[in-house]
Amino acid sequence: MPPLLSLENVYVDFERDGVISSVLDNVSLSVNTGEYISIIGHSGCGKSTLLNVVAGLVPLTLGAALLGNREITGPGPDRAVVFQNHSLLPWMTVYENVRLAVDKIYGGKETLSQLHERAMTNLDLVKMTHAIKKRPGEISGGMKQRVGIARALAMEPKVLLLDEPFGALDALTRGHLQDTVMALHSRIKATVLMITHDVDEAVLLADRVVMMTNGPKATIGKIVDVRCPRPRSRLSAFQDPEFLRCRQEIVSFLEQHDKVAKELTDA
Amino acid sequence: MPFDLVKKATMAPSSPPPEVDRSALLIAAQKKQIDAARLRKVAEKASTFIMPALFLGIVLASWEATAQAFPGGLPGPVQVWTDSQELITDPFFDRGGVDKGLFWHILTSLSRVGIGFSIAAVVGVLAGAFIGTVGWARKGLDPMFQVLRTVPPLAWLPISLAMLREAQPSALFVIFITSVWPIVINTAVGVRNIPVDYINVSRVLRLHPIEFFFKIMLPAATPHIFTGLRIGVGMSWLAIVASEMLLGGVGVGFFIWDQYNAARISDIIVALVWVGLVGFVLDRLVAGLGHLVSRGTAAD
Repeated sequence: MPPLLSLENVYVDFERDGVISSVLDNVSLSVNTGEYISIIGHSGCGKSTLLNVVAGLVPLTLGAALLGNREITGPGPDRAVVFQNHSLLPWMTVYENVRLAVDKIYGGKETLSQLHERAMTNLDLVKMTHAIKKRPGEISGGMKQRVGIARALAMEPKVLLLDEPFGALDALTRGHLQDTVMALHSRIKATVLMITHDVDEAVLLADRVVMMTNGPKATIGKIVDVRCPRPRSRLSAFQDPEFLRCRQEIVSFLEQHDKVAKELTDA
Repeated sequence: MPFDLVKKATMAPSSPPPEVDRSALLIAAQKKQIDAARLRKVAEKASTFIMPALFLGIVLASWEATAQAFPGGLPGPVQVWTDSQELITDPFFDRGGVDKGLFWHILTSLSRVGIGFSIAAVVGVLAGAFIGTVGWARKGLDPMFQVLRTVPPLAWLPISLAMLREAQPSALFVIFITSVWPIVINTAVGVRNIPVDYINVSRVLRLHPIEFFFKIMLPAATPHIFTGLRIGVGMSWLAIVASEMLLGGVGVGFFIWDQYNAARISDIIVALVWVGLVGFVLDRLVAGLGHLVSRGTAAD
């Protein structure tokens, strides 16, 4: 079976004041249907750019990005993004935010009650039906992110793109949301691409962890397969030798590529 | 204080507790605090009314004193009251022609502002949205707008008379041209400052440009738009009073000019108070509307 998503020799350059800087340098990656991929690397290594190429928000300079058999030429609801800072529209209620996505994609094809049902089903998946009438300003950061996930899921995307979805949350909320995402992934068999800074999070959630080298001219340095059986739990994961092996591998990779530490030892 | 009570009670553990109903004492202490807080609140509320009234009294008194000291100049408040009693107490009389109560003059001026300002609001928001979105339009037009917006309302009047040849449309044009600039400029700023995330959301959802305009751009720029509208409505009120002075007919601006020619200074002072109050109300109306519409926009 061909991969669902494939990046082939992708180069991304940005031009600013006439100076061209190369952000991604020859990145190739194939993602199969139902796979959960974590992307990890130091700040400024182009993780977000990679995700945005798949989202279609950033055009690539050379190479190709394919979803199924079609080239990615721009953003679309088949690649829903959960942004780091939730980016819910603050003038709409929780329900209206999800409904905006539902209406845009299924409006005209389904009846009003079906559209309502869709919005409510997705809000129920993230356990947010109790707050449908609230505005984003009235709910906590974790809840906002859950609504952001519901909005993305409501688009029934082929690939779900998570851009450091838990980055701005406290550890406890973070854990809850990780559980939620794991449950969703196994339940709806979603294909997920997630950017993270957190090694444990990367390993716990993913089937494969993609490690990026430092930018500029960042590329994929290493990919580690996480063969821990699912369902996984945070508690038992730390006793799983496979989990610890993956974790070890990633930490040592990141340490090798830690510019700051290198400069300190060189000095 | 409840804290002291607790301390006292725990000081002598061996001796029997004193025969005082501590809960009653606690309740009494709390009641005292609540009463004090209530009193503070009442005093605070009263001062928002008393202080303005007090200062108004001081201003009126010193005005009266000055008028008494320099007879033949501006009339004092007492003089204004005796001169213009009918104008003050009955704003609704109508003896035909321009001999009407101030209410009718104000109403005519307000209707001109209503029309001119509404056109300015629609044109200003659309133009501002365009300029805020399209880079070359902003670069090309912004310098011109920055210059034009500083042209005083009355300077537009001869041009608009030459262009439109009639008083009524000229007055409307002057209102329009005066109030449109702050609306355009503020809307453009608001549109340019729409967070990238909201734009990305609309791109992922593939919102149609018209959907984007109504669902994302307008609500996101609402606080800025209303800042522009508020400045705009104030300026259009300035413009109408000034332009009516030159155009004649019914209207509060003409009324003031007419009374000046008739040397009825007291009437002018009454009209000024009206103009000020109406301008204040206009400003508050637009601000209140903005508050209502942008509710939740700022909350994030």
